[in-house]
Amino acid sequence: MDRKIRVLVAKAGLDGHDRGAKVVAASFRDAGFEVIYTGLHQTPEQVVEAAIQEDVDVIAVSLLSGAHMTIFPEVVKLMHDKGADHVLVTGGGIIPPQDMDTLSKQGVGRLFGPGSPTADAVEYIREWCAAHPRAV
Amino acid sequence: MKEPAIKTNGQDTKAKDADKAEPHGGPRSAGPTEVERAAAEWKHKYEETAKERDDLFETISGNHVEPLYTPTDDKDRDYLRDVGFPGEYPYTRGIHQSMYRGRLWTMRQFAGFGTAAQTNERFHYLLEHGQMGLSVAFDVPTLMGFDSDDPKARGEVGMCGVAIDSLADMETLFKGIPLGDITTSMTINGPAAIIWALFLAAAEKQGVPFEKVGGTLQNDAFKEFVAQKCWCFPPRPAVRLVVNTIQFASEHMPKWNSVSVSGYHIREAGSTAAQELAFTLKDGFTYVEAAIKAGLDVDDFAPRLSFFFNAHMDFFEEIAKYRAARRIWARHLREIYGAKNPRSWQLRFHTQTAGCSLTAQQPENNIVRTAIEAMAGVLGGTQSLHTNSMDETLALPSDKAVKIALRTQQIIAHETGVTNVADPLGGSYYVEALTDRLEREAEDYFREIDARGGVVTCIEQGYFQREIHRASYRYQQELEQKKRIIVGVNDYVEADEKIEIPILYIDQQVERDQVASLRKVRETRDNDLVARRMAALTEAARDESKNLMPYLIDCARAYGTKGEMRKAMAVVFGEHHEAPEF
Repeated sequence: MDRKIRVLVAKAGLDGHDRGAKVVAASFRDAGFEVIYTGLHQTPEQVVEAAIQEDVDVIAVSLLSGAHMTIFPEVVKLMHDKGADHVLVTGGGIIPPQDMDTLSKQGVGRLFGPGSPTADAVEYIREWCAAHPRAV
Repeated sequence: MKEPAIKTNGQDTKAKDADKAEPHGGPRSAGPTEVERAAAEWKHKYEETAKERDDLFETISGNHVEPLYTPTDDKDRDYLRDVGFPGEYPYTRGIHQSMYRGRLWTMRQFAGFGTAAQTNERFHYLLEHGQMGLSVAFDVPTLMGFDSDDPKARGEVGMCGVAIDSLADMETLFKGIPLGDITTSMTINGPAAIIWALFLAAAEKQGVPFEKVGGTLQNDAFKEFVAQKCWCFPPRPAVRLVVNTIQFASEHMPKWNSVSVSGYHIREAGSTAAQELAFTLKDGFTYVEAAIKAGLDVDDFAPRLSFFFNAHMDFFEEIAKYRAARRIWARHLREIYGAKNPRSWQLRFHTQTAGCSLTAQQPENNIVRTAIEAMAGVLGGTQSLHTNSMDETLALPSDKAVKIALRTQQIIAHETGVTNVADPLGGSYYVEALTDRLEREAEDYFREIDARGGVVTCIEQGYFQREIHRASYRYQQELEQKKRIIVGVNDYVEADEKIEIPILYIDQQVERDQVASLRKVRETRDNDLVARRMAALTEAARDESKNLMPYLIDCARAYGTKGEMRKAMAVVFGEHHEAPEF
């Protein structure tokens, strides 16, 4: 049987706006993913720890507070330090397009801005996982 | 909730030649009136022959809407009892006799970013362009009570608001702005008492006595747990701090509004209009009960409570929401809490247009959305208004975008004529029916919340959070299934769209500057004095009967930081964690 895609939906930093994260988490669940939601106010260290512990394929970080240029690179770096480069780090929120480009060069996956259909994120994760099969 | 708009009293709707009955407004015993019969007949014809587009004929909150509203929807409404006159109980039509003929609403744009010095510049810019009052946006670490050098604040300092750590920052924030002349609103909740203490210490430094300082503290601890999620302490000690501030304001600060009970963030978190209305008012009633329990007289503090609502895109539903809010508050304050002073019955509110209705796509369209929402706030009788800027789904607003948003209010105020008449939509069959329905829905929620053990228990059990999440998920699915259209997002989409408006960037240098100036404050102040005052604060926190405001003001005067004050109280109050759920 196929392994279900496992996604960690994370709220990193002190930002409390969780509407988007929760809607995305519910959409992923309805799309058949295994979803773990971190809850609020997580540090990058806590996010990475949860991702390793839960053995996820994808970390999806929601950020609306402007801290994306600090938090995304930290999550990527900590994952790299743990030898977990095989995990996709993606996310969404209020992120200006120029910052999306910069983060993409630093190893962050596609980022979804306001108005993105959740179906696009589901599709993106499915395709990414299909293209990056895990050694079992 | 679905309700037939046209009631036939069980009569055959085609019986148009039945006995003559009194017209609408006459005795009710003699069967359907002429108007009722005619309305029923019209409805019957409509159902037989009318063509409707394939669309969702619902409010944005998911409430069914009839094709037409008529006098027959007013059956149970008593004009004097339920609608009345502006400036008179139950204030459905507005809290002032003359409404905007007497005085326009206060145009109050919420602003704050980067350091105190940068925000001070923006304040001066807004005042120069005709803004009438200030409204401070704090950064996330400040909203949670963390100092800028706390490891948890990394990356967020000055990002979506201004970073304020100590009295030194407050002094800079209001440099050249006389705090005795201009009113200041502060969007701060979990650590509201702390930030207020810093603000009061700054006013004192300007030589303005507390009784001359006017403004509003948002100070709505409950809505943080319900929606915005920037809390500082667990719900029960949080309520104590709210009561402490209410008490302090009622004793020392006649021009201060101690709590702005907020539905705005509840709506932004995805609630329906009825949930926004009901949860907000129930939060307000719970503060009233807590203050009464602490020994205050309701008329000593209720006139100082104000409200803050969202203005979303469903024009008529929003207007009805404000009208229902006034009526519900007046009725509860007079009939349940026994307030005698009419000012205690009057619900005053600030409105902000809905940030969540704005789109990152074709952002110039947001000017139009904001104008429509602002108009709803004005037609709903708001006391003050913030209009969002077109670029807020992309970043913090640029000077130009902020100016257009302010000009939008000025256009409504001076060019449209809507300010000539109080409650111009009062008497609209539709708006009155919506007002009644929202009041009923809110009362249903009040009963449900009581049955579940009240607001604090509902927060602890995640009830509000689940209700809101359910509504926001339904809405999102409707968008994705294109049952609802958002222009530029799921229809009228422009491929390869280029964003052509300027974007405000917050330099990450802000964090380094702020941390450096915080360090300087810690080096130059009397640290022994700070330690003694923090110890006194902790001691006072242990004693439920003590009002913490004087202790906090003492800490502020000594240049104690907000994070230090939070920690001094957290020793006693503990911290709050929410169970992750979706």
